[in-house]
Amino acid sequence: MVTKLEKVDVVVVGTGWAGGVVSAELAKAGYKVVALERGKNQTRDDYIGVKDELRYTNRYEMMQNLSSETITSRNNLDEVALPVRTRKEMMAGNDLGGGSVHWAGASYRWKPYDFEIRSKTIERYGKAKIPEGMTIQDWGITYDEMEKYYDRWEKTAGISGEPDPLGPDRSSDYPNPPMKESPPIKLFKEGAKKLGLHPFQVPAGNLSQGYTNPDGEVMNACMYCAFCTQYGCDFGAKSDPLVTVLPTAQKTGNFEARVGSYVRRVLYKNGKATGVLYVNTLTGEEFEQPADVVVLAAFTFTNNRLLLLSGIGKPYDPKTRKGVIGRNYNGQFGITFLGARGYFEDKKFNYYAGAGALGGAVGDYAGDNFDHTNVDFINGGGIEMRQYGKGAIASNHVPSGTPGWGADYKKKSLHYTYRSLVVWYTSANMAWWHNYVDLDPTYKDDYGDPLLRITFKYTDQDRNIAKFGIEKSREILEAMGADIIDEDQVPEEFDHVYDGGHYAGGVIMGTDPSTSAVNNYLQMWDAENIFVVGAANFPQFAGHHPTETVGALAYRAAEGIEKYLKEGGPLVARKEVSTHV
Amino acid sequence: MADNPNDLHEHKGMSRRTFMKNTGLVAGGVVGGGLIGGLLTNQLQQKPEVQTATDNGQIQDARVFFSRGQDFDILAAATERIYPKDDSGPGAIELGVPYFIDKQLSTEWGVNAKEYMKGPFAVYTTNTGNHNITKDQNKQGPNAETQVPAPTPRYQTKMTRSEIFVTGLRELDNVAQKEFGASFVKITGEQQDEVLRMFEDGKVELKGIGSKNFFNMLLQTTLEGAYADPVYGGNKNMMGWKMKEYPGPRASYAAQIEVEEFVKLDQQSLRNYQGH
Repeated sequence: MVTKLEKVDVVVVGTGWAGGVVSAELAKAGYKVVALERGKNQTRDDYIGVKDELRYTNRYEMMQNLSSETITSRNNLDEVALPVRTRKEMMAGNDLGGGSVHWAGASYRWKPYDFEIRSKTIERYGKAKIPEGMTIQDWGITYDEMEKYYDRWEKTAGISGEPDPLGPDRSSDYPNPPMKESPPIKLFKEGAKKLGLHPFQVPAGNLSQGYTNPDGEVMNACMYCAFCTQYGCDFGAKSDPLVTVLPTAQKTGNFEARVGSYVRRVLYKNGKATGVLYVNTLTGEEFEQPADVVVLAAFTFTNNRLLLLSGIGKPYDPKTRKGVIGRNYNGQFGITFLGARGYFEDKKFNYYAGAGALGGAVGDYAGDNFDHTNVDFINGGGIEMRQYGKGAIASNHVPSGTPGWGADYKKKSLHYTYRSLVVWYTSANMAWWHNYVDLDPTYKDDYGDPLLRITFKYTDQDRNIAKFGIEKSREILEAMGADIIDEDQVPEEFDHVYDGGHYAGGVIMGTDPSTSAVNNYLQMWDAENIFVVGAANFPQFAGHHPTETVGALAYRAAEGIEKYLKEGGPLVARKEVSTHV
Repeated sequence: MADNPNDLHEHKGMSRRTFMKNTGLVAGGVVGGGLIGGLLTNQLQQKPEVQTATDNGQIQDARVFFSRGQDFDILAAATERIYPKDDSGPGAIELGVPYFIDKQLSTEWGVNAKEYMKGPFAVYTTNTGNHNITKDQNKQGPNAETQVPAPTPRYQTKMTRSEIFVTGLRELDNVAQKEFGASFVKITGEQQDEVLRMFEDGKVELKGIGSKNFFNMLLQTTLEGAYADPVYGGNKNMMGWKMKEYPGPRASYAAQIEVEEFVKLDQQSLRNYQGH
């Protein structure tokens, strides 16, 4: 028995940055908005007094309960995918505010190059620079067009930062000054300068001072308590949807967030969505929520899975290399974020203190900021040294060659607790014809629906850029005066660990309906009243953290949805061009 | 509870020696099994030496997961080899690590309540698995998780963590019997290390788990027990944090974040932090 509810203007699936921004903007414009969240309600009160490393960092309190649903994973097309069963290996944010509550806060704008990577690579290096099978493409939107949305999101979130000296043009400064410069950050910046690089403070969603955003939401200054990444903030000092866009939406009286609502299908008839079907996870009751516009703003995995389960859009088939849903799965995981760890004998840092995005960065090896003529990869990444602040369980690093347990290990791990720092390269996985998502033929969720299956393997591009990043990280640690430097090793193959949250693609944006699922307003080519918002839109990843680009895209989508609600029809004309796959 | 390291030696909890003495007796008493063994255990637990220390939380030190005392004794001995008592401070037993693990195994984590446990289950017979290694815990660099050679089997067994622990601990004992002709708790420390290394290197066949996976789980939970908040039964009297100079949860480190020198602070636990 499905209970049919009263129709609303917009139903939004997911309540993270993507769903939160869209909900706030449309509710402010006077539209009735219902947001569906599969997890439970959560507020700042849930984080007061619970700074507990075991519970949050080691037992994944804020992550999706996988008992009903996870993903399956394999490297190659001819393999049987197996489920990723534990929360240690599969961390997707859950509950009101989504993964945007436990995030660290690193907020980078992506570069003009990133949005037009294919054209700009061909223009500077020629077509042969792009290897056969690498399916990178332009986004169908430029940085100049994105700038105002970046600017808007930074102001909503109260980002604290200073401009990257090598970064793109900005229409205004960050709304708040950068965070404090701790001794490890100072050391990193000095080391980078010795090498002629251009360091700056990581732009942070952890606030450097008290701030009121344009919607009137108030945030506090960060206390550097270190319970940040994988935690909610007890002080309202980390910018997240719970302290910004969700209360903004709530205040209008036009918005309702319905928790415990697990969406199973987008209902679709005659080329348009009519609403969504969802289950109340506590009672098992089924509901139909009709709406004029359906917005999928869940995590990358859920956005892809819901379209595939609902039969909307043509699924990507790697054998023919045709179809769009599931195409260009990409991200920033596994072989990315490699670098080196330096041990400093005569230093002892106050590393029990920190914040999610507290750190130093350099952009000299990001994007196309350096000449790629003589390197065997394209794209690049930021280099970072972060002071997350660490709990006692997490800070047991010892130099390689030390036994991993026993008397010597204990002694060395105590000695080095506050004496090591990591420098890493935030490169990204590009898009390839063989990396994609579809539905698993075997494994199912509690309702009998197939799990999402991920097929992903590394390429020489990934391994080459990783080696480059490790080398650059090492050089900086040497300049910082580290006594011992342990380099990361480059893995041969992807290990099916999904712990970083930077997973993207599958519902990508573009100008050509044969190679993209949504236009540059994130409106589906195949269903004019479905908008899909989030990292699933990235045709490929850039070498910086993704959240700010998701936030900016959400403002772009909100503008498009409002336009659609007023005018109807496709917002961008279809332009079929020959595919370049 | 002062910061003076000498206090560690005055600590009224079970020292390793006392512990081994007691558990040895218990194990001996249980050989006959049944009611008599049970009674003997009760009597031993009423020894004043154990019960007087309730002010330090020892009243919570009792098994709630392991039904067999022998399994728990093997666990205790193994954790002490992994994290031994030395001149920097207490080892796993004095920190309460075995009780920490015992309690953890009956939580939602121990019974895999929030993991995907639907079949079909792929069974690995080889020992290439490494699914319990933690990047933050590894000895070689920040991203050691990715250093595992491919292909990396993930957690694919039908067994829960608590079942893995019981199976693994009993196999530690079997290997000790086979290699050294005595129970794991009776062989020398060096011999115990050899047995543990066989598991660490994946040389012991542990069907559906992989001995390496079991070892990594044992290693990780031992460190968790040494350094998690004392509310979970380990890190007794915050002695793990004291050795590490880790201050515990605070509202703010804004006063320390820019200071060049290391700032040593008194330890504070969740109980203090929540204002009890």
